[in-house]
Amino acid sequence: MTTKSQELMHWIDARFPLTSTWKAHLSEYYAPKNFNFWYFFGSLALLVLVIQIVTGIFLVMHYKPDASVNASGIPVAFASVEYIMREVPGGWLIRYLHSTGASAFFVVVYLHMFRGLLYGSYRKPRELIWVFGTLIFLALMAEAFMGYLLPWGQMSFWGAQVIVNLFSAIPVIGPDLSLVIRGDYVVSDATLNRFFSFHVIAVPLVLIGLVLAHIVALHEVGSNNPDGVEIKKKKDANGIPLDGIPFHPYYTVKDIMGVVGFLIVFSAILFFAPEGGGYFLEYNNFIPADPLKTPPHIAPVWYFTPFYSILRAVTYPLFGVDAKFWGVVAMGASVVIIAFLPWLDRSPVKSIRYKGGLFKAILAVFLVAFFILGYLGVLPPTPGRTLVAQICSVLYFAFFLLMPWYSKLDKCKPEPERVTFK
Amino acid sequence: MSVDQKMDSGRRQLLVATSAVGGVAVVATAVPFVASLTPSERAKAAGAPVEADIGKLAPGEMMTVEWRGKPVWILRRTPEMLASLEKTEPLVSDPASEKPMQPEYAQNKHRSINPEYLVAVGICTHLGCSPSDKFKVGAESGVGPDWPGGFLCPCHGSLFDLAGRVYRSMPAPDNLEIPPYKFLADTRILIGDDGKA
Repeated sequence: MTTKSQELMHWIDARFPLTSTWKAHLSEYYAPKNFNFWYFFGSLALLVLVIQIVTGIFLVMHYKPDASVNASGIPVAFASVEYIMREVPGGWLIRYLHSTGASAFFVVVYLHMFRGLLYGSYRKPRELIWVFGTLIFLALMAEAFMGYLLPWGQMSFWGAQVIVNLFSAIPVIGPDLSLVIRGDYVVSDATLNRFFSFHVIAVPLVLIGLVLAHIVALHEVGSNNPDGVEIKKKKDANGIPLDGIPFHPYYTVKDIMGVVGFLIVFSAILFFAPEGGGYFLEYNNFIPADPLKTPPHIAPVWYFTPFYSILRAVTYPLFGVDAKFWGVVAMGASVVIIAFLPWLDRSPVKSIRYKGGLFKAILAVFLVAFFILGYLGVLPPTPGRTLVAQICSVLYFAFFLLMPWYSKLDKCKPEPERVTFK
Repeated sequence: MSVDQKMDSGRRQLLVATSAVGGVAVVATAVPFVASLTPSERAKAAGAPVEADIGKLAPGEMMTVEWRGKPVWILRRTPEMLASLEKTEPLVSDPASEKPMQPEYAQNKHRSINPEYLVAVGICTHLGCSPSDKFKVGAESGVGPDWPGGFLCPCHGSLFDLAGRVYRSMPAPDNLEIPPYKFLADTRILIGDDGKA
């Protein structure tokens, strides 16, 4: 006898692939059984994306993208953010969720990317997952950058001024390109409104599309694991990987534990240090934008600083083109080069567990260089710091560009036949 | 349809032609969208010249006026400040102002009409920050013990002398821009219009 609910499911399944989608992506998607805590960050990134979209929807109900000054001489956009913070019931929480969420997004995404680096998750057959992931990272950077203009504070204004002017460094088309991006000769109301449009409509749509492509590609080839061995090589009589367990309920439950841990830390920051000591919301951004006065020290938000340091490190003109153009090229290349990792790594093994000391040492140097670049990016430049940034930039690129050689030279240990699991 | 069935080349040609015409229509439709991203007529018209009264400016003082949304500095240089330009001559990358960053009448040692008054767009030629004034000389300035006074861009550390000339090996490629301007009277400057353009 079929119950009413079963009948309903049959009715739906004859018209929409509900049960088969549920099975393919959750209840019969077999993930390796040896995931560790590094595997929390993919689902956490999805959680933060949802937080950003929901809080964003509510912020748009009160925010006004308008650079003109109101009766008390304050730009309308800046005043509307203060209005959300002080007068909209619950507004302060929604706004802090969104601004702290932006930093949390980059924390989990950086950890998620580092996981891929540790366990070789970008290696064949997962190249496209990695490429989509890099595109997500790029879209996220664009989203964060344009969102940062909206409060129309001093950092918003001058940060946008600097980054938009980067495009003017491109020979021939540069000046016109930056004019089209700004929509005016200076960062102005036109710029604010188009950034608002991109921030709330265009980039989120692209981001969601890319996240879907990222997950569809992942579920096509199956997840990697801390041992970097393919679980699909050993299957039982039913064609199910011996080392695989259904994503639901096993990993949905595990991920819920990750969510709980994440929310504890996230709430602590949200309620006790929402400005992140000036790193999540910079103090200068509590001053309305003033086109006539650059703050004495401008620095990007923490998640951009490593790449910003690379931009600043380039001080030599080449081939008769200004240093600033090459700085832009270096900064762009430092992000884009990540996408090429699948073809740069020639190691016989995927996971760091079986890689040799050479790779581990070089990875450690890369990490240190990345952190130093990030640290220098928040400081004003001095000749000494510029030199350190130059050395670290070279190390950053060397990690990628020399990988085809050192990954082959490295003395790797043999991979196990199946995943190790205690 | 089987593979070895002959392709109807007449229909294929029509298909290609239709797609081509359709493609042209798509490109044509994109034109107004791209055009909408360029500065509006109102933004283009907002570049009116501004007048500045420099009567109250004491020697060594600087004032800022807004022209086309950008800061324009007017610095009344002291004799010592003007003398510092001799010292910086070997240190700057374009001492003779050969690059077209100024109107002809400002292409001179002091980069101004009247040597006393520097009028410059206070926007760094690197990435558009507004440099801060570092008029104090020597270690007191925080720039360096030999600092003769000038401007420091807070964003990427470019240094400029008191004529807006950029030092060598700086992120900024060019000297600060000198806007078109003229003296209406001894103490009144019109910025944005020199009566020549």
